[in-house]
Amino acid sequence: MVRAQDRKFVSADPEKCIGCVVCEYACSMANDNTFNPNKSRIRALRLGPLNNIAVTCRHCEAPACVAACPRDALRQEEDTGIIVVDEEACDGCAWCISACPFGAMMMHPEKKVVFTCNSCKDQPDGPQCVKWCPEEALTFVSAQQLAQKSRITAVKNLFQEAKEKKVESK
Amino acid sequence: MFAYAGKILRVNLTTGKISTEPLSEKLAKEYIGGIGLGIKLLMDNSKPGTDAFDPDNPLIYMTGPLSGTLGPTGGNSYAVVSKSPATGGVANAESHGFFGPDFKRAGYDAIIITGKAPVLSYLWIDDDKVEIRNGEHLQYKTVNETDNMIREELGDFYIRVSAIGEAGEKLCRFAAIINDEFRAIGRAGLGGVMGSKNLKAVAVRGTHDVNVADFDGFKEFIKMIYERMKGPATKKYKTLGTPENVLVLNSLSALATRNFTNSQFEGADKVSGEWLNEHYVKKIVGCATCGMRCDHIAVVPEGPYKGSTSRLEFECLWSMGPLCGIDRLDAVIEAMRIVNEYGMDGISIGVVVAFAMDCYEHGVITKEQTDGIDLRFGNAEALIQIIHKIGKREGWLGNALAEGTAKAAEIIGGDAWKYACHIKGLELPGYDLRTLKTAALGFSVSFRGACHLRNGAYSPDVKGKVNRFKIEPGRGKMIVPDGHTYNVIDSMILCKFSRGTYYDGNKDLAKYYTLATGIPMEPDELMVIGERIENLARLFNVREGKGTREYDTLPWKIKNVPVPEEGPAKGVCVSDEEHQLGLDEYYAARGWTSDGVPTVEKLNELGLGDYAYIVKDLAKGGKA
Repeated sequence: MVRAQDRKFVSADPEKCIGCVVCEYACSMANDNTFNPNKSRIRALRLGPLNNIAVTCRHCEAPACVAACPRDALRQEEDTGIIVVDEEACDGCAWCISACPFGAMMMHPEKKVVFTCNSCKDQPDGPQCVKWCPEEALTFVSAQQLAQKSRITAVKNLFQEAKEKKVESK
Repeated sequence: MFAYAGKILRVNLTTGKISTEPLSEKLAKEYIGGIGLGIKLLMDNSKPGTDAFDPDNPLIYMTGPLSGTLGPTGGNSYAVVSKSPATGGVANAESHGFFGPDFKRAGYDAIIITGKAPVLSYLWIDDDKVEIRNGEHLQYKTVNETDNMIREELGDFYIRVSAIGEAGEKLCRFAAIINDEFRAIGRAGLGGVMGSKNLKAVAVRGTHDVNVADFDGFKEFIKMIYERMKGPATKKYKTLGTPENVLVLNSLSALATRNFTNSQFEGADKVSGEWLNEHYVKKIVGCATCGMRCDHIAVVPEGPYKGSTSRLEFECLWSMGPLCGIDRLDAVIEAMRIVNEYGMDGISIGVVVAFAMDCYEHGVITKEQTDGIDLRFGNAEALIQIIHKIGKREGWLGNALAEGTAKAAEIIGGDAWKYACHIKGLELPGYDLRTLKTAALGFSVSFRGACHLRNGAYSPDVKGKVNRFKIEPGRGKMIVPDGHTYNVIDSMILCKFSRGTYYDGNKDLAKYYTLATGIPMEPDELMVIGERIENLARLFNVREGKGTREYDTLPWKIKNVPVPEEGPAKGVCVSDEEHQLGLDEYYAARGWTSDGVPTVEKLNELGLGDYAYIVKDLAKGGKA
């Protein structure tokens, strides 16, 4: 059994992401054998040239989408945290879409049922968006690893600043 | 068909009639898409002698075969083709970003727009649903405002918009069409053609799949190109960007300064790529489906233009910087921002302003005529003020300059024509042609007027492969093959920044095409297609009375004002004799007459025999 803090999901670094949507195409290529961002389980957003980020399912603990579904069509896989959609049960009512704070739950353009990131679990080399991202802005990480990364960066900056101040005062 | 949508959309804005027709595989293969197929559709859907601003002049939006795929740069592109209001000949321009893929996914290879809407309108293409919508509330809105308002009213953030600003609405002859804030269908005045149709924007949402013929092979091929894009072939664009050219060209005495008076700029350091990146560039972003990143987003941190944000490339930096004698990048960034808002060609606008400054300094235009603007070289405030006037067509001078240098010179009169730096009516891009003479020859024969993207003829000069101070025998022949490659690149609509990643040249391009479309293509066939497109474009210009030798000219200053700076370039300018020698050779290498007209034999050879009627009466010159 995988601990919740070790479950991995795809996360984008806003400093590196440039909104190039390669991830969207890679997703539809891997999951649907076609090129179509409307079928992508990750969506990039550009709010002006300086603000870019790609967003997908974060495999939340106690996911709002699952709680919101009136037809029990959604469940979360214990080990991976992936939200699995029962396409027979889903009637496309979109309660889960309004519940998700990240816009990670989406309506499939053809199937008329919801769909979301499956972490490319059938792919031997993991999530394809991560593999194709030209900026290395996407990583497949756990909450634990994200926290560690932020901590390391923060501490590095702290020491760097202290060093620079020292140099200045000399 | 694979990769292609297989469908052409026709919109008549006068009658409101909307229809579709199939695209044949034969036509697709013979002209590829992009500008090639666009020029073919222009030729067959327009009557000779139609004015560029006449409702009957078709405005043709094109995708390429790769648009909508994950193919780097080819996946994110579109092109627009029409008759140019600047040159009276072919107008073609390509743009990348995010608009093209949705246009393809909506299910179209081309949109042929004719007529003129009774009131300002925009076209809304939602897959198969096509609608001409009222756009009167968008009048004189900036490109970006238009984009935001349309997405807001249609209720979808992901709708893509390609729009004109006030300059296009006011029929500026170098108005641009802009998508995704700062990606431009920039050159040859296509925004003006759009304005003449009362068409403010084209908005698209495409939700269909785009499928390629050999899925696995295609995937493998593009993965390889993405990997190459991380390497040395695109390093320049990912680091300093094209503004790196400033110091390179300055050291070669090829950085045209103060309207082609000087070939070096004393303020070059302060407008260099190095300076720009150190002081202004905040982030480097890129287009959809591209492994490079080249959009250097510059933000002014302080001073009168604080907060001004724009993407800046070499050409526009040059035209509004050194060419106007301006060494302040904060002002250039602000100028670029407002040029994008009005929707104008960032190259032409700078050359137009530099022309006006030259006229002002020589007393050809007076301070009364500028409405009090002190239009001296180097005056950054004056640059901003005059751009606003041109964008709005305000005042006598603003109105005249919105016509472009060639027509403005006629309006201003006197010696003004001497300072007008254009070829066929299109303003020169950022290379001093006096010291880059292969480029001088190449630019003079380009079918869309002065253009650095029709044959890359500056390359042998800049790389030191030839004596760049002289057009020597052999030069005319030298520039032919690259012209064909460039036509193919613009028909597949690949970004020219990525050209170095196709290590095997045409072999790579042919393979790319076949993997996507399933249509067999050999590298040699691609070159024939490139030649076919070149000849067809020339034929269009011939048909419109602009395609003969007398139009393959160079500006007066390039031929008559020697480089003044000390050094190896001192005293250089292009003599008529060497230019004519180059033209003779170029026409001969192309199998054209000495008057620069394609021969009937050449047309038959290229499968263009149906157009022989255009050249029959002109063939008297005999073979060159």
